[in-house]
Amino acid sequence: MHIAEGFLPVAHCVAWGIASAPFVIHGARAVIQESTKNPESKLLLAAAGAFTFVLSAIKLPSVTGSSSHPTGTGAGAILFKPPVMAFLGTVVLLFQALLLAHGGLTTLGANVFSMAIAGPWAAYAVWRLVRVGKGPMELGVFLAMAVADLVTYCVTSLQLALAYPDPNLLGALAKFAGVFALTQIPLALMEGLVGVLLFRFLVKVAAPELARRGLINTAQKEAAHA
Amino acid sequence: MRKDNPWVTPILLALLVALFALSFVLAPRPGSADEEAFGGTDAAVTAQLEEAGHEPWFTPIFEPGSGEIESGLFALQAALGAGVLGYALGNLRGRKVEREARDKAPAGS
Repeated sequence: MHIAEGFLPVAHCVAWGIASAPFVIHGARAVIQESTKNPESKLLLAAAGAFTFVLSAIKLPSVTGSSSHPTGTGAGAILFKPPVMAFLGTVVLLFQALLLAHGGLTTLGANVFSMAIAGPWAAYAVWRLVRVGKGPMELGVFLAMAVADLVTYCVTSLQLALAYPDPNLLGALAKFAGVFALTQIPLALMEGLVGVLLFRFLVKVAAPELARRGLINTAQKEAAHA
Repeated sequence: MRKDNPWVTPILLALLVALFALSFVLAPRPGSADEEAFGGTDAAVTAQLEEAGHEPWFTPIFEPGSGEIESGLFALQAALGAGVLGYALGNLRGRKVEREARDKAPAGS
């Protein structure tokens, strides 16, 4: 889960805020551009945002005896590229910081960086890698979604280790990753499975849209049509 | 596209439930009775930091009064998301039905 309110030193809050801001602004413009240039993709855009909204609200138990929640940012990163998710993820984090006292306003920059920037970019990289290697769509989706989830919490652990390098950076990283990243592994696998379910449905009902975005090839589109 | 195997979706769902159940089986039991099982990882880390003497320097502007209210607000978040997701996916499916009807119409008449 996200870094709680007030638990990052002021300098770190400001630094992560500055690091995240350009991504979020660029992301907001990408969302506007996407919905004005391709009005027909508005539904998919809404689906991607809603998917993150649902998944990040569901806290699940994990093998470590702690619970955490998935992020759901991988789906949108595959569908619309990472910048769009920088914006949509920020909306989710703001909602949780303001209404649920989950995460926080002072730690928003850091949490945006892990969940809305690092996660989606990692997902997109994995997705491209699988597709370039001619791997099946399902594999790409599964790995991308799981990686988005895991990378988010590895970055969270790193952010905390940088703020509290006790006894040293590596030791702190191991300590925080032991809580965050370890707990997240089964959740990441679950998220990967949910992602495959979502994309299987999308291929069925929105094949032309997916083909236009270059996610499936036209042969698949024809087959889905037939 | 490969022939759609009707078993894939049920198997994926079964795997999801299995992963969920696995966490319950493998998770260590809480050390003492007043220790809550499956506490949030954020709370675990916060407790660690407070033990090491780090205090938060800023508190949330609004805090849900109790765990009940908090879980309700989380449910609201999931409900809003699920509502929009269902609307979007349902609409996409409707478009597909319409598209197919349109494709068929000229051939039929």
